[in-house]
Amino acid sequence: MILAGCAAAGSAVGEEPSLRAFTGARILPVEGEPIEQGILVVEGAKIAAVGRMGEVPVPEGAEVIGVEGKVVLPGLVCTHSHIGEVAGADGSAPIQPEVRVFDSINVRDPGFRKAQAGGITTANLMSGSGHLLSGQTVYLKLRDGNRIEDLFIRNADGRLAGGVKMANGTNSRRDPPFPGTRAKSAALVRQQFVRAREYRDKTAAAGGDVTKLPARDLGLEALADVLEGRRVVHHHTHRHDDILTVLRLKEEFGFRVVLHHVSEAWKVAEEIAAADAPCSIILLDSPGGKQEAVDIAWKNGAVLEQAGVLTGFHTDDPINDSRWFLRSAAFAVRAGMSREGALAGLTLAGAKMLELEDRTGSLVPGKDADFIILSGDPFSVYTRVEETWVEGRRVFDLSDPEDEKWAFGGFGAGHPGEMEHCCFER
Amino acid sequence: MKKLLWTMAGLLAAGVGVRSEAALGERPARVVIRADAVYTGTGEMLQDGMVVIEEGKIVRVGRAAEVGDVEGAEVLRAAVATPGLIDAHTTVGLSGILNQAHDQEQLERSAPMQPELRAIDAYNGRDPLVEWVRKFGVTTVHTGHAPGALLSGQSMIIKSDRENISDGVLNPLAMVCGSLGEGALERGSGKSPGTRAKAVAMLRGELIRAREYEAKRAAAEAGTEDGEAKEDTGGRDLRLEALGAVLRREAPLLLTVQRHQDIAAALRVAEEFGVALVLDGCAEAYLLLEAIDASGFPVIVHPTLQRSHGESENLTVRMAAQLAEAGIPFAFQSGYEGYVPKTRVVLFEGGLAASYGIPFDAALEAMTLGAARLLGVADRVGSLEVGKDGDVALYDGDPFEYTTHCVGVVIEGRIYPGEQ
Repeated sequence: MILAGCAAAGSAVGEEPSLRAFTGARILPVEGEPIEQGILVVEGAKIAAVGRMGEVPVPEGAEVIGVEGKVVLPGLVCTHSHIGEVAGADGSAPIQPEVRVFDSINVRDPGFRKAQAGGITTANLMSGSGHLLSGQTVYLKLRDGNRIEDLFIRNADGRLAGGVKMANGTNSRRDPPFPGTRAKSAALVRQQFVRAREYRDKTAAAGGDVTKLPARDLGLEALADVLEGRRVVHHHTHRHDDILTVLRLKEEFGFRVVLHHVSEAWKVAEEIAAADAPCSIILLDSPGGKQEAVDIAWKNGAVLEQAGVLTGFHTDDPINDSRWFLRSAAFAVRAGMSREGALAGLTLAGAKMLELEDRTGSLVPGKDADFIILSGDPFSVYTRVEETWVEGRRVFDLSDPEDEKWAFGGFGAGHPGEMEHCCFER
Repeated sequence: MKKLLWTMAGLLAAGVGVRSEAALGERPARVVIRADAVYTGTGEMLQDGMVVIEEGKIVRVGRAAEVGDVEGAEVLRAAVATPGLIDAHTTVGLSGILNQAHDQEQLERSAPMQPELRAIDAYNGRDPLVEWVRKFGVTTVHTGHAPGALLSGQSMIIKSDRENISDGVLNPLAMVCGSLGEGALERGSGKSPGTRAKAVAMLRGELIRAREYEAKRAAAEAGTEDGEAKEDTGGRDLRLEALGAVLRREAPLLLTVQRHQDIAAALRVAEEFGVALVLDGCAEAYLLLEAIDASGFPVIVHPTLQRSHGESENLTVRMAAQLAEAGIPFAFQSGYEGYVPKTRVVLFEGGLAASYGIPFDAALEAMTLGAARLLGVADRVGSLEVGKDGDVALYDGDPFEYTTHCVGVVIEGRIYPGEQ
């Protein structure tokens, strides 16, 4: 079903996806070399072919959409977003893995429309950083939908795709029962993972015998998923020592982790590389706003890239508005990151961090037809996202006045409530 | 002082760069800036242009071929030179980088109207965020008390390289700043103002008291001249004196207003008291373009990247373009940020606005000469013209582009690095 505002004449939204060939654009597939005068063939929800015009034929019966002079990119992947009024744990405890953030999301929040306007096709929606563990995150395709279920991604095993949100440093330090120091923070987390390990082992030992199974505990169950590698930990962390603390816990408990924000990554890039921990970074218009972020640097992208770390970007919307996600990567380029690395950081690197690289993040036959059409160079201030396509359906079209409102703003395009300090700074 | 030698890899590749042997902040007797494109700020672009600065002032501007060699000068080269940028409204120097109680001087909450609070008594030119904005070409800032109170205090204008206010202040009392609307209300707390109508009533009442106070002071002074000193003013009142400057139109009243009804209220009050108004923010200005145009008052447009939440929910990135089309004078600002990022950068705000429908020259003007005019300092700054301060920003390409670098900054002939 479709939300109002996206069903204009000519829009593909709501129609059955069919066979289309987008011809003449410069295609940046991210996997593979840039293609001048390219052709992108979309069949249903999938990419059927990508290549040079003349080399890749236009299939018979395909609707040909001329996009000469445009630039086509994979749909952007935001690994850390707070759109949709997403919320997780409450103020009762610092560790609440039983909380599923998707039970809070408002799919009619303007943030979804604006994220589509910014070219984002996949997002990891997370709760805030005011807890050591604030809930189970959810990976979404930004389809148009009436219910959160319409946006879910299911893994091959049928499970909903998502991770777990954790945080250390100052945001999660509060009055008891929250921790008051960094050491206490780590101790609380370790204790909980020790319990989860015991729960997992008891469950395994029961061998399916209901009489031997431990009483079901939603929180420990989620943490067991983390221990078993079925959920990635998305870990908010800023300062160099806090980054290393995350890596220490990762080592002890063997969970998989993506480091988020990582303000002082440039100080410990070698350690991050040695731990094989991907980094999802943010670029801010100025440092500070909190003590932990005083040393944040635009060069993080370049330094991590050179250290061989899988590096991506996030908006942390509302910290950075989803409509200017491309700008974050452009600033990383400004501070020395390669253009190729920055483009991958917006797309394939993020898909890998969400373990969705088999279906999105690059323009490769067989992957989901998640792509965006730009008016020009992805790193230029003058470039506009003109169209956003998710799984073969157009979800944003700048030439549609309703969609333009989400892109540019105007009466009724915003959030009537004040911004919650949920995220980068609590 | 430490000697500097700065270059940027990207610049060298492009064959253009800034290189200075001068010490940080040092002022050579003579500085020459030579750029492939010199935007003078008066709408003119000089190809292969030169700007010559002596003792801090611009003494020559022209094409390099016309100016010729300048002896004994420190020469800075870049692809693009513009007038030093002017941030028409910020709180840097008051709202410190740490965002801890001890470095937040931008808002005092003990009373709703405190126009007597001077920015010069709060400004910390050594806060890293001042240097941060300078690195991108900002040479002059209009800074002071933040939105968030009916009358939060005064603002001032200072060069971005001055570590204290003993020098470099262009105007110690630039404007008296306040806010109308949700941000300045004490909803449900039992304190005033608790509603929009109450806020306007309080503001009008205070302006009336200030008018009476000014009249009494004037009468007393007149009496003194007659040789008959009259001491019937009840002593000096700093609060009413500050508003007196507004009533005499010596200092504009800057009101941060986002909703259309608050913009209308600001215009109403300004007309009643005959004060010079500066409309600040104005997220919903597009609903009142005719009224704003008719008032003749300028707008300091909200940051293009401001979040569309709360009172600003209806903002549009085409705001500046709409003002330009309507012929309403405007300037860009970095504004006030209470969280992350702790300050925005006016270069980015104006640059993004330019991409949404303003010609390059108009966008540049709104952060140079246009801003200088709005702030009343166009005799000193805002353009590269003989006799003005030697304030220049240097870039390795289109200053608005995301991937361009600011490669150097000159303030009254003193040389500083750009972003590194």
